[in-house]
Amino acid sequence: MTGSTLFEQILDPANRANPYPLYAELRKIPVSRQEDGTYVVSTHAELARLISDPRISSDDLPDPQKFRWTGHPITDLLVRPVRAEIRKRHRPFIFRDPPDHDRLRGQVMRCFTPQRVRGMREKTQRITDDLIAKMAGKTRIDLVDDFSYPLPVTVICELLGVPPEDEAQFHGWATQLATALEPNQRGDEETQAKNEVCFNEIADYIQGLIKEKRKNPQEDILSDLATDTDGMNDFDLIATAVLLLVAGHETTVNLITNGMLTLLRFPEHLERLRAEPETAPRLIEELLRYEPPVHYRTRLALADIPVAGITIPKDAPVILLLAAANRDPLRFSDPDRFDPDRPDNRHLGFGGGLHYCVGAPLARIEAEVALVSLVRRLKGLSLTENPPPYRPGASLRGPCHLRLALEEVAEG
Amino acid sequence: MTTSPERIVIAGASLAGLAAAHGLRERGFAGRLTLIGDEPHLPYDRPPLSKQVLRGLYSADTTLPRHPDLEAEFRLGLPATRLDPEERFVELGDGSRLPYDRLLIATGTRARPWPKPEEAALDGLYTLRGRDDAQRLGQRLQAKPRRVVLVGGGFIGFEVASTCRDLDIPVTLLVRDATPLAAALGAHLGGLIGEVAREKGVDLRLASEIERMEAEGGRLTAVTLKDGERIETDCLVAAIGTLRNVEWLDGSGLAADAKGLRCDAFCRALRRDGSVVRGVFAAGDVARWPNPHDDDALVAVEHWGNARAQAETAAGNMLAGDASAMRRHDHLPDFWSQQFGLTIKLVGLTDGADAFAVRHGSLEERRLVAVFGKEGRTVAAASIDSARWLPAYKAAIRERAPFPPIEEALDQPRLRVQEP
Amino acid sequence: MKVVVDLNRCQAYAQCLYAAPGHFALHGKEALVYDPAPDESARGEIERAVHACPVRAITAVSDAPDETGAAR
Repeated sequence: MTGSTLFEQILDPANRANPYPLYAELRKIPVSRQEDGTYVVSTHAELARLISDPRISSDDLPDPQKFRWTGHPITDLLVRPVRAEIRKRHRPFIFRDPPDHDRLRGQVMRCFTPQRVRGMREKTQRITDDLIAKMAGKTRIDLVDDFSYPLPVTVICELLGVPPEDEAQFHGWATQLATALEPNQRGDEETQAKNEVCFNEIADYIQGLIKEKRKNPQEDILSDLATDTDGMNDFDLIATAVLLLVAGHETTVNLITNGMLTLLRFPEHLERLRAEPETAPRLIEELLRYEPPVHYRTRLALADIPVAGITIPKDAPVILLLAAANRDPLRFSDPDRFDPDRPDNRHLGFGGGLHYCVGAPLARIEAEVALVSLVRRLKGLSLTENPPPYRPGASLRGPCHLRLALEEVAEG
Repeated sequence: MTTSPERIVIAGASLAGLAAAHGLRERGFAGRLTLIGDEPHLPYDRPPLSKQVLRGLYSADTTLPRHPDLEAEFRLGLPATRLDPEERFVELGDGSRLPYDRLLIATGTRARPWPKPEEAALDGLYTLRGRDDAQRLGQRLQAKPRRVVLVGGGFIGFEVASTCRDLDIPVTLLVRDATPLAAALGAHLGGLIGEVAREKGVDLRLASEIERMEAEGGRLTAVTLKDGERIETDCLVAAIGTLRNVEWLDGSGLAADAKGLRCDAFCRALRRDGSVVRGVFAAGDVARWPNPHDDDALVAVEHWGNARAQAETAAGNMLAGDASAMRRHDHLPDFWSQQFGLTIKLVGLTDGADAFAVRHGSLEERRLVAVFGKEGRTVAAASIDSARWLPAYKAAIRERAPFPPIEEALDQPRLRVQEP
Repeated sequence: MKVVVDLNRCQAYAQCLYAAPGHFALHGKEALVYDPAPDESARGEIERAVHACPVRAITAVSDAPDETGAAR
């Protein structure tokens, strides 16, 4: 890939297994302009500053491109343009700014209470125990398929109130819609066309679910949102539900998989977690620094913003490279060392500012329960492929499979 | 003075004193470390006193965390009474002397007492500064007084008023000025807080002062205001400011007066002639230092954040040897207040501000970021329930950005620059 | 234990509420109140809160064995 920019190299799947040397290269210029006019922010001080800068907008999704003509006038002239307009106006709050963002997020947070999330710890443990029990007798597992994927998906379905038997349907939808986070994919016509179809399908599904929840409310977040008399309109409700569902599918899987991968690469930390499970919280924060599930987020500059000796011009796309800032030696001493005892670990693994990950408390619980249980019960674990194969995304970065050999599954 | 110190004394065992002690140990100071406190308590945190402690939430024990390896000696319950900077010792209330190689003066402030001593002695009259004060007043509030009269239009007065309303106690708040909190927040934000207080049931009286108090058998029964109105009350809280604890420095030659103890940019205490006192440093509420964000105008900042930051700087400088290795104290003053469910935060100093503008949100929503300008520069920013935007404005203040800073940002109303 | 939160630094990310719900709470949108002296038995939860805070505003230290409860 000679001649390509550093950021293009980062997007190249060939570099997915170890993008960190490229990040180190990129950090030499804290805010660097790419050929296409995008600005990549890769250092901690600059990123921490820009992520809380009110001139940086999250409303950066490209407008839908012109539709390809289907030949059906009602579809082409009415249905699709109307649906496109609705999608544009009722984007999920991850792609919106205050005051709308704050209102929608606030309504979600009202349902996502500490008490409710706390209740998920026990359920997460139960699901974890079930998944580990299924590994009994096996000597080979794929951690992704056998554990890291089904755990968060089951948890988010339970929390939202989505019937687990429907899960198979939106596995594909979630993966497709997550391309909205990949700047090299979301702009192209084919991805947009796929996303349109996909969103319409998932929206129809959610709409049916909302109707059901209103008739027969349950103890779950979707019921709460759907019956909140002071709540959001149905378009925002659908977009929000889709967001929570997709985010619950696509991120925690990476955190857990990266966690086991890292522990197997540094067995002294695996042994320590086994012996001292109370050290899990700090280990998970270090994991969020060292191998974060989301490597970057995109933004848009609303004004000329002077930073690090240059000016990001108005309307420029901005890429906040969280995973590079997490390895910034100016902020973290010996940054490429995995060190759970690191003091003052102000990592950006969950982002920051107004858009700090909504699901962070849940992700922490899931990662803690999962990693503590896995190292306690799976004996004689080893990697059979290092590095493992990765999923294509450069932002939502994680292994698509993590094939492990194991000797024994201990009793729960 | 390049010999490394063997014995460090810290006069003042509160937030600044403890932060300095931690700072010294973190920087490798292994010698003898003594903290002197006039209260019998280990260092404790004050901000919760006017809020959760009075309200009876959680524990009343706000003792600050101390590192297990701090290895400091605490001389508690005895004030420092004299400093001899030539012989280098501090004398305590019992006449004992503590010699030092380095001394940090962090004696802070005390509540300004009610000016009429015969009224100040009445049962039912309270001030609020220390944890013993908070315990006494808290017990009184738990016993549901008929009505609390609060005197003082500062943050403590409003926070206590908020706590009283949380406890469903009738409260009258007497503010001498025509606008509450105007000195710190300006008329717009101060007016907003006043409005919120009234909505929450506070009987807020502006431009109002007490003429005299009535008592029966030594117990407060009523107050009469200057306008002649009589208010029956069995509990009055005087939140009328603070006095700096500098009297013990009389005769030491140090430049200490009611405005504080003067020090240089490196937190070194100064004599009246402006010369540096060898080995003596100052930090926290008592220190009066040149503020680089305000053209080195002298300022004493009575805020939690400054106490910690200045103590850190002073600790580093106490071990630095000579001035070339010292760091200047360039903390940008900041503070917070919680009242009536709102969080107010301020960075910078609003003194002398000549312009004010709301940058995000609005006064009507009671969710906003506002900025203060002085001679075309941005000097302060305040947030109400919008703390996450504040770091951007803090950076603008540090950089002395033109006023108003940060234009064309999201969620900004049409710009209206007003008088503060 | 003894706990103190730097409320200048706190931006109400509320992660401590999830980690230790009995010891941290928001009164209003951003006003954090917390238990300054939780029982040693809460140590696990308090440490989760310390580590989860995105701005690292929480300091918590266990009491020395000889002074537990002495400060009251």
